[in-house]
Amino acid sequence: MGSITLSKITKTFGPKEVIPPLDLQINEGEFVVFVGPSGCGKSTLLRLIAGLEDVTSGQISINGEEVTLAPPAKRGLAMVFQSYALYPHMSVKKNIAFPLKMAKKSQSEIDEKVTNAAKVLNLTEYLDHRPGQLSGGQRQRVAIGRAIVREPAAFLFDEPLSNLDAALRVNMRAEISDLHRQLETTMIYVTHDQVEAMTMADKIVVLQAGRIEQVGAPLELYETPRNKFVAGFIGSPRMNFIEGHEAAKHDAHTIGIRPEHLTISTESGAWQGKVGLAEHLGSDTFLRVDAGPLGELTVRAIGDVKVKYGDTVFLSPDPSKIHRFDAGGLALR
Amino acid sequence: MSRRSSTRRKALMTVLAWAVGLLLFFPILWTVLTSFKTEAVAIADPPVWFNFDWTLENYATVQERSNYGRHFWNSVVVSVGSTLLGVIIAVPAAWAMAFVPGKRTRDILMWMLSTKMLPPVGVLIPIYLIFRNLGLLDTRIGLVIVLMLINLPIIVWMLYTYFKEIPGEILEASRMDGAGLREEILYVLTPMAVPGIASTLLLNVILAWNEAFWTLNLTAAKAAPLTAFIASYSSPEGLFYAKLSAASTMAIAPIMILGWFSQKQLVRGLTFGAVK
Repeated sequence: MGSITLSKITKTFGPKEVIPPLDLQINEGEFVVFVGPSGCGKSTLLRLIAGLEDVTSGQISINGEEVTLAPPAKRGLAMVFQSYALYPHMSVKKNIAFPLKMAKKSQSEIDEKVTNAAKVLNLTEYLDHRPGQLSGGQRQRVAIGRAIVREPAAFLFDEPLSNLDAALRVNMRAEISDLHRQLETTMIYVTHDQVEAMTMADKIVVLQAGRIEQVGAPLELYETPRNKFVAGFIGSPRMNFIEGHEAAKHDAHTIGIRPEHLTISTESGAWQGKVGLAEHLGSDTFLRVDAGPLGELTVRAIGDVKVKYGDTVFLSPDPSKIHRFDAGGLALR
Repeated sequence: MSRRSSTRRKALMTVLAWAVGLLLFFPILWTVLTSFKTEAVAIADPPVWFNFDWTLENYATVQERSNYGRHFWNSVVVSVGSTLLGVIIAVPAAWAMAFVPGKRTRDILMWMLSTKMLPPVGVLIPIYLIFRNLGLLDTRIGLVIVLMLINLPIIVWMLYTYFKEIPGEILEASRMDGAGLREEILYVLTPMAVPGIASTLLLNVILAWNEAFWTLNLTAAKAAPLTAFIASYSSPEGLFYAKLSAASTMAIAPIMILGWFSQKQLVRGLTFGAVK
């Protein structure tokens, strides 16, 4: 159980409209990621679903039941916060048990569930510690433990990994994905990191200024972005955009080509340029090429390419991978 | 900076800190020493440090002449009473200001603080007259009210800064975990706020205990706390330094002992939540 429907919801803070009318359907068991630049309203949207903020207008239903005016406690959702938001005065065990205690479960049931959650999350030996004695990753796991014991209709994650260091973030990403596979519960995950979105999501919702720019599976967004914003936001390094004469050749105002869809050669090719920055990672080479009238283009080549600053190179786009956009930024198909 | 100069700097700072500490402590030390001297030794010139016949005579005289127990009890009632009353009034106020601030919250806080800049003597006459008309002169309840009022801004400010430190996300987490308002206050907010409330209580008991302006001006015999007890020994018919010192020592000892045992909480209280 865990489908969520938002219909025509809006949110204004004073005179400022943060979320213009917005519709969204989240299906049972889906892993949905809200992604967008900071201030795009993704966290606000999550908080509206959680009930931590009231919608200005519109309706929210969970499993077909309207909950627009219900307080957070009555919505049956669990949330993992960016700051972890653990109760500092309680042991790990008590933190995880808190939602069960609130639900007035029997002590034996509480003990059993806490023990299980601790086992799943490798927290067994820390059950009597206070949150202050744990590392960032462990705290995050306690927060997740506190969320899973209640068997919620859906999990809400608000940028849960942004306080962790890079290596740990990759691990936790995998752990959360595993958890989703095991529990098969709906998860809504907010992040500004498109890599997290691409790697974890069944469905990505790209937001900008409170508006949904596109909803789709990760590769769908990568291959057929609906507009320039999505094209630029999804994919790393960013898509190259070229305007003017070169775009006109393709009957478009702007054309976009991803760095990995440019072939580099030192002899011949469609576009000529000079190498600016060259980053040799061994497995890949990232180049910034100053292509004169076309502007600066980013290129990603597999393996090591033996070029250096100032070399003249030729770039050829894969014609089937060129994205075309009109003057308003909408994709032309 | 080289290691040597940093060591020298540290040594210098240590010496300086000790010097300031001793300077601040000296009057108290001198008072305590004087309380064990005879009146003659107390005014001896040059002053005598430790080399005198120690005597408890002053304490005996003070005990005979005044009712220390009554003054002590008045001090306890007035300082604890005014603090408790203040906290009861300040908790909801600080709560509202910290968690549901309005447009004018900041202004109200500043205005409350500004009342502390008023010279008390400026309102002595009106308050005296009000107290007289209400029959509050020389009553403990009167003192409790006036000390509560003068310390209320500080209590509200301290609690406000403590409550501000409680992250909103933790309260939101408890709401997500199914806690209603009652459970949120009982299981999450209160345990997190208790250390802050405790330091506030402590600091204000000390402030109220030491308050001398209002306690001297609004009491005569019945409700007089220890401040009045000390003052009664600086008599116009001549100064009795040794007895005055004995009385002072007896008056400050309880609060110094309390302060000594709660140094940690006090420091936290005085930094107004600036240091975590």
